[in-house]
Amino acid sequence: MSLLSPQSIQRIDHEIAKYPADQKRSAVMSALRIAQEQHGWLPRELMASVAEHLELPAIAVFEVASFYEMYNLKPMGRHKLTVCTNVPCALSGADHFCESLKKKLGIGFNEVTADGEFSLKEGQCFGACGDAPVLLVNNHTMHSFMTEEKLDALLKELKS
Amino acid sequence: MALLNIEVDGQTTQVESGRTVMDAARQLGIKIPHFCYHRKLSIAANCRMCLVQVEKAPKPLPACATPAAEGMKVSTHSEYAVNAQKAVMEFLLVNHPLDCPICDQGGECKLQDMSVGYGGGASRFKEEKRVVANKDLGPLIATDMTRCILCTRCVRFGQEIAGIMELGVGGRGEHSEILAFVDQTVDSEISGNAIDLCPVGALTSKPFRYSARSWELTQHDSIGAHDGLGSNVVVQVKQNTKVMRVLPNNNDDVNECWLSDRDRFSYEGLNSADRLTTPLIKENGQWVEATWVEALQIVADAFNKIKDVQGADALGALVSPNSTLEELYLAQKLLRDLGSHHIDHRVRQSDFSLDAVQTNIPWLGLPVAQWPELKSCLIIGSSLRAEQPLLAVRLREAVRNGAQINLINPFVDDLAMPVAHQLVGTPSQLPGLLAEVLQAVAALQNVTVSAALQPLMSHAPSAVAQGIAESLVNNSSCALFLGCLAQHHEAYGTLYAVTVELARILKAPFGVLGEAANSVGAVLAGAVPHRGPLGTHNAPGLDAQAMLSSPRKAYLVMGLEPELDCANPAAALAALKGADFVVALSAFRGQTPNWASVILPVAPFTETAGTFISMEGRVQSFKGAVAPQGQARPAWKVLRVLGNLLELQGYDFESVDDIRAELSHDLKALTKNSLGNELAAAPALKVRASLGTIERIGEVPVYQTDALVRRSPSLQASRLGSTVEVQINSALASRLNLKCGQNVRVRQGQGVAHLVLRVNDAVPDGSARVPVGHPLTAQLNDANGVVSLEGAS
Ligand code: SF4
Ligand code: FES
Ligand code: FES
Repeated sequence: MSLLSPQSIQRIDHEIAKYPADQKRSAVMSALRIAQEQHGWLPRELMASVAEHLELPAIAVFEVASFYEMYNLKPMGRHKLTVCTNVPCALSGADHFCESLKKKLGIGFNEVTADGEFSLKEGQCFGACGDAPVLLVNNHTMHSFMTEEKLDALLKELKS
Repeated sequence: MALLNIEVDGQTTQVESGRTVMDAARQLGIKIPHFCYHRKLSIAANCRMCLVQVEKAPKPLPACATPAAEGMKVSTHSEYAVNAQKAVMEFLLVNHPLDCPICDQGGECKLQDMSVGYGGGASRFKEEKRVVANKDLGPLIATDMTRCILCTRCVRFGQEIAGIMELGVGGRGEHSEILAFVDQTVDSEISGNAIDLCPVGALTSKPFRYSARSWELTQHDSIGAHDGLGSNVVVQVKQNTKVMRVLPNNNDDVNECWLSDRDRFSYEGLNSADRLTTPLIKENGQWVEATWVEALQIVADAFNKIKDVQGADALGALVSPNSTLEELYLAQKLLRDLGSHHIDHRVRQSDFSLDAVQTNIPWLGLPVAQWPELKSCLIIGSSLRAEQPLLAVRLREAVRNGAQINLINPFVDDLAMPVAHQLVGTPSQLPGLLAEVLQAVAALQNVTVSAALQPLMSHAPSAVAQGIAESLVNNSSCALFLGCLAQHHEAYGTLYAVTVELARILKAPFGVLGEAANSVGAVLAGAVPHRGPLGTHNAPGLDAQAMLSSPRKAYLVMGLEPELDCANPAAALAALKGADFVVALSAFRGQTPNWASVILPVAPFTETAGTFISMEGRVQSFKGAVAPQGQARPAWKVLRVLGNLLELQGYDFESVDDIRAELSHDLKALTKNSLGNELAAAPALKVRASLGTIERIGEVPVYQTDALVRRSPSLQASRLGSTVEVQINSALASRLNLKCGQNVRVRQGQGVAHLVLRVNDAVPDGSARVPVGHPLTAQLNDANGVVSLEGAS
């Protein structure tokens, strides 16, 4: 029984169509992204469904899902905040920024707040070093040149 | 192909373009240190241990992944190269635990060996080492994942050789680790090879764990005893008394460097508590231990008496095709000297119509080493991965070279490789399906099918049959093979005859996949009713089935568990129990006390010298690795003494060599000249409609092939060994109102089997996969009959 919704399957098939017919596996990253958007995170059975749909061994899908930081192998808060901690961001204050973020949310990396609103993740270079330090919300919205003030505003906005 | 000149360490050689520096060095016999490189696997180049110096290159290059170039000059052991290798070694050891004293790989570890050569005396790494959680990969492979150096050999083995990717690299960077998909075990039928491949102690043998050190073990070359391939193995023995493990011996013509799990782990059964160690006789209805003299005298007296009173015709012998050539030869010699031709090793077969028309010995038809060159093949009636795990590996190589695999089977089989066409039908439909292919091939080639087979040419070929025909016709190097399911089929003769005709029209080789270690040797030795060691004779005896349906008064049963090994266990037991006298030559107690009159403990293959002739006709002799346990004796010695006690002439063999010499002075030549799959005439055809509602597909599970395999606890605990179920498709399940996963009663004749139901649409409607050879189904009768199913709580 596939756990993928009909909509997800439709979207995944759209991605598969971008590659030669015998290279379905090329769509694995998009398929995992779509599955995660459907469910919020990637439980075992969902990864197995992705594997089945792409005719791949389940472990091959797991390799990809566990390689990239953006895939959630555990349940996450409603808002997943990923902070880049690589060198350019670190030099621009990401370290301090992370510490205050942890204090404000009361959680550490890879944890979820008690109310299920936020979780925090450590990210690797987003390719936006010029904007350092950077923060990513739910894998999709990038916030540049982060400061304490900007962070407070952001948290307030996300909570509402 | 262009040849390139390359110089390695001052020696020059030529390699084909596309080959690597590593290939050139190997060709010259120069050893370059390496971990991830393996000649049978793809190139990963991730360990960097093979760094070498290449003239004009600005940095050290990995020999395994650097293509050879014209005029290239390579130094593998220059100071520059060795410095690079030492640096890599230091990195590899950064995270490697210093636990060699408690590591099973110690003494046969590539990392250990290499660190002696290239490692520093002390580590400069002061920080914390990484720790990786162990994984439960099942009962065969033990893990210590902290030791893993991430060479990915185990991963590539699964992808490329086993055909199923069961292990992968999870995580990234320092957090990378080898694992199976969440909560899964490694279930491949050849999984144990990953243990050999792992260069460190991350993957080790679970059954062997902590039981011996490699340097305590003596090595004895032997031959795998559980399929017809004749895999070369080395049996490792501790203190000259106990077989501790079995590993592959490299032979590129046979098993390459691989071994099936069945041949690798079956040795556990050798030390089973069920081993017989003294002769047993019955006194006043009780089994008591006896001396060999007593026991053998009882056997001789009983055989003499029955022969005198009832005639030699009352004697019969059922022998295991896993026995040695010498044992089989003596068994048939004994029977024939007593005046009976009733001897057979084909205990799972049910159609013997070929006996009348086949003068030579059926064999594989094409050497194993040539399989990878096939461009197309048709395999008829075979669960190939269970029957012939390593032939499936050869086929995978053929597929990589572009071959098309076609199957005709009583269920959709998963070969763990792409299959071009699968023609599937219930057992009774198989001859018709094969005939469709013949019809299509004949049409494509514009020839007429021989008159004898015309009665089968009634259906228009289906699209799949047409596809198979085109695949065979369009690819010049094609071949046809009949698997065990075909050989056990009730219309084997018909399937065979159609295959012969197909092969004639296609001018293609064809053959049979030898079921047991000595399927070919048994025929050569004369352990069949229609053919003695010197060829066919005119007064054929009764075959394995006839011997049971018209029971004999006395039987000799060697190496068999009739309630599991015979095509019809119920009939076998009835015949044996009804006989006046049965002597069992067996390594295991098992159920023998229930049907035997005298039980003689004989040695399994590791405890006797002997010969197996593989399905490709390879004659391979081996010596015993250990002395027989307790009072057990090699069966050839038992039969020799029995011959003497029966006062027969010519039983004074001193060794197995004498026995072989009596059979032939040039066994290889005799074998070569005796092999042949052609028929002298067409056998009587069996064409019939469906057998009835639910036809039984009686296949032998991979770990139920013989008594030894059945006694390997680890194989039995593995997923392949522990899954025993009846499978039917969803249509039949809904008609019978049965659900997947529920308990069902399978009835056949008087017998009942309680099994779990698996709904599997790979099984054609109107049939059920009900395994044979398993204790749970031993109550049932004909492997080919009909069964009924009902729900049970
Ligand atoms: S487990 Fe062994 S074979 Fe597999 S990657 Fe690690 S070291 Fe290599
Ligand atoms: S280092 Fe943070 S975005 Fe590149
Ligand atoms: S052997 Fe060449 S990189 Fe591993």
